[in-house]
Amino acid sequence: MRRSVSIAVLAVALVFGMGTIAVSQKNFLASAQEKPATTEVKIDNFSFGPATLTVPVGTSVTWTNRDDIPHTVVSTEGVFKSKVLDTDEKFTFTFSKAGNYPYFCSIHPKMTGKVIVQ
Amino acid sequence: MAGKLKDEILYDHNHDGIDRRGFLKCMAWAGTGALCVMSGGVLKSYSLSRLPELSAKEDLGELSFVQISDSHMGFNKPANPDVAGTLKAAVDKINALSPAPEFMLHTGDISHLSKPEEFDTVDQILKGAKPKYVFYVPGEHDVLNDDGKQFLERYGKGSKGGGWYSFEKKGAHFIGLVNVMNLKAGGLGTLGHDQLEWLEDDVRHLKHSTPIVVFAHIPLWSVYPEWGWGTEDSAQALAYLKKFGSVTVLNGHIHQVMQKVEGNVTFHTACSTAFPQPQPGKADSPGPMKVPAEQLKSVLGITDVNYVQGQQALAVVDSTLA
Repeated sequence: MRRSVSIAVLAVALVFGMGTIAVSQKNFLASAQEKPATTEVKIDNFSFGPATLTVPVGTSVTWTNRDDIPHTVVSTEGVFKSKVLDTDEKFTFTFSKAGNYPYFCSIHPKMTGKVIVQ
Repeated sequence: MAGKLKDEILYDHNHDGIDRRGFLKCMAWAGTGALCVMSGGVLKSYSLSRLPELSAKEDLGELSFVQISDSHMGFNKPANPDVAGTLKAAVDKINALSPAPEFMLHTGDISHLSKPEEFDTVDQILKGAKPKYVFYVPGEHDVLNDDGKQFLERYGKGSKGGGWYSFEKKGAHFIGLVNVMNLKAGGLGTLGHDQLEWLEDDVRHLKHSTPIVVFAHIPLWSVYPEWGWGTEDSAQALAYLKKFGSVTVLNGHIHQVMQKVEGNVTFHTACSTAFPQPQPGKADSPGPMKVPAEQLKSVLGITDVNYVQGQQALAVVDSTLA
């Protein structure tokens, strides 16, 4: 869990050049524009991981429910809404506009997450 | 009962926040439901597993009914691969009660995924119970994908708005509330403005001595808000019930027995007929708790409530299927 979060943070850092390697930042952005990236959010233990995900415009985000209990992925502002996801079921949404997209599980509303599209 | 919540974890075998002793303690409370006996306006509840020891001593009052909860028909994971079997076991226990309870309350999560065949299976199994009438309130698992349309078609005849209703039995006033609809991000269970207005009106003309029994899926008291185990606007609902001398609140959702008395209100939660859940905060999440197969039935149960006319609150004790 901790490892996957830090990998995600690293990936975000690389994509947006929060590091100092300007050249690799440029390459990353270029390739992201050519081919939309796919990013995963895992639902484990009644939580979204990573809870906050930052992606470039055009990214498809796929949520996978790995709990024994069904969950949903529902945009707080009505932008997207999954059907109920039983164990190992997935939901994918492609973010074509920049913005902040808070979402939650409508069955367990304490479960919240956010996708930041830049 | 509440004192047991203070138990410390002695040895965490599976790193799940629950030790064997904790399991056993929890199992001792659990039941797939409860027998509720109203006696003198006081509701007592008995876990069905303890009925043999209790029934000989206890007056069964003027009204008895059974609470079952969280059948989760369709669930098939290791925590309980046979939820139909454990529901049938609960029905067998109910059918062994003498005299037969007048009716049953199901406090929600009838199905696991709101599938028609899941509801059908529960209906079929409950047809085998001696009490012929079942009053339902929905759990969040019963209103998936269709905002509760199917639930209302099946169980909501004569109900108001999103499925709430009230009825009288032998001088006691029963109120079924719905707190699993239109849940907001980051929030808890919700009753909503319309339902609260209805509730205020529903109880306005009742005598203060009328025993009140409220049943809803998510607890109407803050069991553990961190896991969503509470209802945002329950305080408003309870405010409308303040004038009554005897108020009992029966809930499900948390798959374990808990009880609490606050002023004139006695709160109870019932066990699941399907699978147990961890005690608040004693695991990373409220997911199903896996217990050895031979112990499963002892963490599932039914609640039985009897009513005897008088002045006190109802009381509930839970029983296990084992």
